[in-house]
Amino acid sequence: MARWPTDRKINIMNRTIAPKITDAVDFDLRLEPYQKFVLDNGVEVFAIDAGSEEVLQLDWVFNAGNWYEDKNLLAASTNNLLKNGTSKKNAFTLNEHFEYFGSYLNRHCYHETATLTLHCLAKHLQELLPVVQEILTESVFSDEEFLTYKQTNKQRLEVSLKKCDFIANRLIDEYLFGTKHPYGRYSSFEAFDNLEPAELQAFYKQYYLHGKCTIFIAGKLPSGIAAIMNSYFGALPLNKTALPKIEHPLQPFDEKKYRIINDPEGVQGAIRLASYFPGRKHPDFAKAQVLNNLFGGYFGSRLMSNIREDKGYTYGIHSYLQNHAQQSAWVVSTEAGRKVSEATVEEVYKEMLELREELVDEEELLLVRNHMMGTLLSELDGPFHVMAKWKNIIINDLDESYFYNYIQTIKNVTAEELQELAKKYLAPEKFYELIVI
Amino acid sequence: MIQYEKFILHNGLRVLVHEDASTPMAVVNLLYDVGAKDEDPDKTGFAHLFEHLMFGGSVNIPLYDEPLQMAGGENNAYTTNDFTNYYCQLPAENLETAFWLESDRMVSLAFSEKSLDVQRKVVCEEFKEHYINKPYGDVWFKMRELAYTTHPYRWQTIGKELSHIENARIEDVKHFFFKHYRPVNAILTVAGNVKTSQVLEMAEKWFGEIEPGEKYVRNLPIEPVQQEARKLTVKANVPLDALYKSWHIYPRMDQRYYVADLITEILSGGGSSRLYQSLVKEKKLFNNIDCSHSGTNDAGLLTIEGKLVKGVKMEDAEAAIEVELELMKTQLVDQKELQKVKNKTESMIAFEDMGVMNRANSLAIYELLGDAGLMNTELQKYNDVTVQDIMRESQIIFDENNSNTLYYYSNQSA
Repeated sequence: MARWPTDRKINIMNRTIAPKITDAVDFDLRLEPYQKFVLDNGVEVFAIDAGSEEVLQLDWVFNAGNWYEDKNLLAASTNNLLKNGTSKKNAFTLNEHFEYFGSYLNRHCYHETATLTLHCLAKHLQELLPVVQEILTESVFSDEEFLTYKQTNKQRLEVSLKKCDFIANRLIDEYLFGTKHPYGRYSSFEAFDNLEPAELQAFYKQYYLHGKCTIFIAGKLPSGIAAIMNSYFGALPLNKTALPKIEHPLQPFDEKKYRIINDPEGVQGAIRLASYFPGRKHPDFAKAQVLNNLFGGYFGSRLMSNIREDKGYTYGIHSYLQNHAQQSAWVVSTEAGRKVSEATVEEVYKEMLELREELVDEEELLLVRNHMMGTLLSELDGPFHVMAKWKNIIINDLDESYFYNYIQTIKNVTAEELQELAKKYLAPEKFYELIVI
Repeated sequence: MIQYEKFILHNGLRVLVHEDASTPMAVVNLLYDVGAKDEDPDKTGFAHLFEHLMFGGSVNIPLYDEPLQMAGGENNAYTTNDFTNYYCQLPAENLETAFWLESDRMVSLAFSEKSLDVQRKVVCEEFKEHYINKPYGDVWFKMRELAYTTHPYRWQTIGKELSHIENARIEDVKHFFFKHYRPVNAILTVAGNVKTSQVLEMAEKWFGEIEPGEKYVRNLPIEPVQQEARKLTVKANVPLDALYKSWHIYPRMDQRYYVADLITEILSGGGSSRLYQSLVKEKKLFNNIDCSHSGTNDAGLLTIEGKLVKGVKMEDAEAAIEVELELMKTQLVDQKELQKVKNKTESMIAFEDMGVMNRANSLAIYELLGDAGLMNTELQKYNDVTVQDIMRESQIIFDENNSNTLYYYSNQSA
């Protein structure tokens, strides 16, 4: 076996000198515009026509999240069962149709919105749209389908309840928002048992069939896409009825610190620290994204460098701002060794303290700026990515100045501003603190 | 059709370039021909631990991540049983930064004791998070040991046990590096908004002078053909009984691999697949049921796994699976059903190929298999599969003597 001395250095060039780079912070990033058209019934369609592969992504976004339910799990269950039968086709036939054309029809339920998403090859679009239309107009929530759904989900829940991270995610939201708030509510065996298929049918009728819908299409669009969409969705009874105005008061818990033993044999603790943060329309939001990156938002962050790369307490630690429309929270999340869980919490507070007490140096700040801009550049690559940016702006009632303001903030926010922000938000006494073993 | 050009530097490093001017990004993907299957049975998990150490600084550059992040880039790596792959994506303007960082790691690591000490702990936490502190987390340890008596697919990339990782020494790290992390054992793929001539120039400049090393010639023990059914019963602290059945299939480059892949799609590829429709929806025996295969380069496993509905007996659940397999063995599937899974495969490939990172990764993997050009003939191989192939291979694969069954009981029931 050839074996080179380990101190061997190649002398042809000086490898210690880094190649020159263009600072990503100097990039002039633009958000490619969308085309917009309005269907006969007033439904707005936002379209991005780009890309080289013959693939499409379509989203039907409804205001049908759990914000609008009057019973726990009603919104999620309705959304989940959208593919399980219409007055003409049973679940098998529906699935077989989408699968035959190599397409994927997925559903997602969030807090404010719930979506139906179709991924397909452009050449099959016209085979698929009539069946999406059928789902949006003639879905049936049968006893049979509901019972299977209920049974499998209750038993899955039993498995999930064995996992410390699953428990921790539920509890931290409950502490922040209260059990009754849509952001703090979570699934339970009782909640599944309390639901009736007729309630799902009624929710469907109000929030899908007669609901408020916005459509997003991205990819290599077939010609005449506006007319095609109008022919399938322009006559549906959407966007006629005003959404109910529903307020959900926050009901935060008083006690801030929790230690829970879910599994006495557990070898890790799921750690969550969380504190309120105003939503994305607040003037601090963009700056907070920069501070968050510095704190725990990427691999080179303070939390990751200290707690993983220096101490080896965890496989990964992250901080993030929750993506809620009304009220956000700043969360630190990790799974750490059981014996070092308390030490991990202490280290998180030390990192907060340092951000409050010391100005970040220009080198590290430039690193964060460049990394954020490089990431943003990659997030603008391809039609689906560009559409994801627009979707966030449109659904949250923002405009493109949100995007450009974000870029300006990455470029210009100062170390002093970040320190002020840390003093305002990263204060340990404001944080809920939870370890689930 | 994915266009690319291939070059071989004089030190044996293979360089593939794929130009795509539609993206502002560049991807540098470096694949090393070493995986968990090349480990000593007493030092398992090492290839993966080593992957972590590749980020602990190289001989001339103390930190890997920071300069890349400063250049607006992002990186990651993964280890499989067959190979180890490193990739970074960065703005195309800053491509050379990736060459600088990757080539210095290939010249030599810094071999820092501190990095080894920390990453041993990090990997132990990764082990706990995914395989210990998780219901059913030990299934694959048990199944692999049941199904493989000889071949190193007997263990997972994370390793057999924590102690193997805890015992890793810096001498092992150095030995492993100079044996495997040499130009002759590596494939460099550069893709995105780059020019082939520019890439070749940078490759010569940064990698061209690195000592070639010796070609690593693999001589793995061959798994003997399984002669009788194997069964294992386990009781664990989980809420639901579960059933796992695995059968040996074919190496990656065998045409029958594609047949086996389509069989998994017919059985469980979605809401209209056979096992889901019959066993979850109609007979209500399982809460979930999945069929997949390990996708490895050497002969892998095809597995059916599911969690039983409470109250259902293991024998009844297993018998119902056998009924479905018997149908596969004795009746030709419909042309339409076969066409469905081919169509799904076509669109899956199209979606995967959207991202330049995936394309770079795939080119490297196909080059490892013998020829990057295979990437463009893959779909045809699926389309060549006939309903007769599906029936014939079902008969061979789902032979009782080829089966490995793990009965995973909840200690909370009964």
